[in-house]
Amino acid sequence: MNMNQAKTITNITVILKRELGSYFGSPVAYVFIIVFLMLSGFFTFNISHFFEMGQADLRSFFQWHPWIYLFLVPAVSMRLWAEERRLGTMELLLTLPVTLPQVILGKFLAGWIFLGIALLLTFPLVITTLYLGNPDLGAIFCGYIGSFLMAGAYLSIGIMTSSMTRSQVISFILAVVICLFFILAGFSPVTRAFSGWAPLWLTDLVAQLSFLTHFASIERGVLDIRDILYFVSIIFFMLYTNATILENRKTS
Amino acid sequence: MIELRNITKYFGAKKAVDTISFAVEKGEILGFLGPNAAGKSTTMRIITGYIPPSRGTVVIGGNDILTDSLSARGKIGYLPENAPAYPDMTVYAFLDFCAQIRGFSGKDRKTKTEEIIDRCFLNSVKHQAISTLSKGYKQRVCFAQSIIHDPEYLILDEPTDGLDPNQKHEVRMMIRNMAAEKAIILSTHILDEMDAVCTRAIIIANGRIVVDETPENLRKKSPSHGAITLEIPKGNPKKLIACLKSIAGTKSVESLTTEDQSLRVRVFPEPGSDAIAEKILSELIKKRYRVKSIFVEQGHLDEVFRMLTTEASMEQDIDFKKKRLSKRLRNLPDLRSQRLKQPE
Repeated sequence: MNMNQAKTITNITVILKRELGSYFGSPVAYVFIIVFLMLSGFFTFNISHFFEMGQADLRSFFQWHPWIYLFLVPAVSMRLWAEERRLGTMELLLTLPVTLPQVILGKFLAGWIFLGIALLLTFPLVITTLYLGNPDLGAIFCGYIGSFLMAGAYLSIGIMTSSMTRSQVISFILAVVICLFFILAGFSPVTRAFSGWAPLWLTDLVAQLSFLTHFASIERGVLDIRDILYFVSIIFFMLYTNATILENRKTS
Repeated sequence: MIELRNITKYFGAKKAVDTISFAVEKGEILGFLGPNAAGKSTTMRIITGYIPPSRGTVVIGGNDILTDSLSARGKIGYLPENAPAYPDMTVYAFLDFCAQIRGFSGKDRKTKTEEIIDRCFLNSVKHQAISTLSKGYKQRVCFAQSIIHDPEYLILDEPTDGLDPNQKHEVRMMIRNMAAEKAIILSTHILDEMDAVCTRAIIIANGRIVVDETPENLRKKSPSHGAITLEIPKGNPKKLIACLKSIAGTKSVESLTTEDQSLRVRVFPEPGSDAIAEKILSELIKKRYRVKSIFVEQGHLDEVFRMLTTEASMEQDIDFKKKRLSKRLRNLPDLRSQRLKQPE
């Protein structure tokens, strides 16, 4: 590893640690984790009737994630850039000897790790299924990986909208709208409406854009390389857009 | 050396900075002055690489800010306007973060952070969150951040803004003590500050440099520079003025105030006449006047500032009116031809 690479990794970790520290230094982190755990519990047990289903898998848990993330992930990402703009610290940060991609990656990874921690805290559910039956642990593991990847895709959209404005509220709303688009494109009422008149390839194309389509097999516990590629490319595209937005900003 | 080469910056159609070029050597403290919205902060943001110029470039110690940005930025310490810092971090954590980003690790990182906290008198608030600090402390925290890596080039945007007179003095002393081995650019709109700290002053107005001088020479541009103010016990003012006017080398005499007990007048000498104070004094003594006080004016910087910056904005105003007029004139024949066509 040469000097430059080492420097890049140090810079990313320094920024990541600062962001992560600022998540846990504020009550927002704890509120988020509690709300996330309560919501996923509520949907799994009260709506999907996890206990009554009599199945030892976590499908009824993962199936709600696209909808829970829709509102919670933008709440995590909204401050990442908007707050820097509002406080003027962006001027400080971007005149330090770090590159824009390093800063963006540091911030993104901090948010992602935070979401990962929230996700890991749902482990009692795994223990419950283990206690009740004999689940396929591989499928559960795949479900967690897939859910984590999807959270990253939501987060990348959120960090991108956060870079557009100095207002966290606007950033939040924009992120929710864009994420909603990515969900609805594959939502069965919408695809059905399309399939009535549009050619098959168009219906497929729109559906392929959706989180739901790519999460469908993951929630069953099947991790397909194409789905992984899809989420990774969404993340890459959104982070790239984020860099472009910041490079073309006028002032503060 | 910091070198600005023909920096121009447009915001939309508005020209915020207009072909500014200058160079600052090590050992210099350059005061960057101008009225609000003159383009000071924009220029500093361009120098530090925060926003790219529309034309031109900046070279920091041999590294171009556009093509070799990282090395250039590594050599700069920057205190942005309003001294931003992360409010949820403690002073120590924030400076530690800056030390790490500046490339210090291990033992170095700790000693650098401790050292800078000591140097900027921040020990008493070391473990306090920045959001709980007063304006003066915040300013010092951000200042500490800018010098933590002992940079060769220091860019300070209004470094003493919001500080009380004692703190201002401290910051100025720190800046002056660092000056020997650094090139420093500081922006301010406080003229006394420029006078107290800087070795060179650049005044900009409407995005253009209007003057580049030492503070001393700048003061010489003041109309009252070299004038002599006299205070004399109350007598006949007309007689006194006539007497003063008769002295060779005086250009004009202005009576300032007539207080109860005394008379104050200001004598403006002809340019190039020496030792006018001496001549006045001997003449007055000869005429048996009692001189209460005599004072040779050094000139007022704010006079010069006002003169130079309003001149520039007036010029721009005239430019604008000229353009508008010529545009109207150009449109005139069109109107006439339209009117001629109408009867058809």
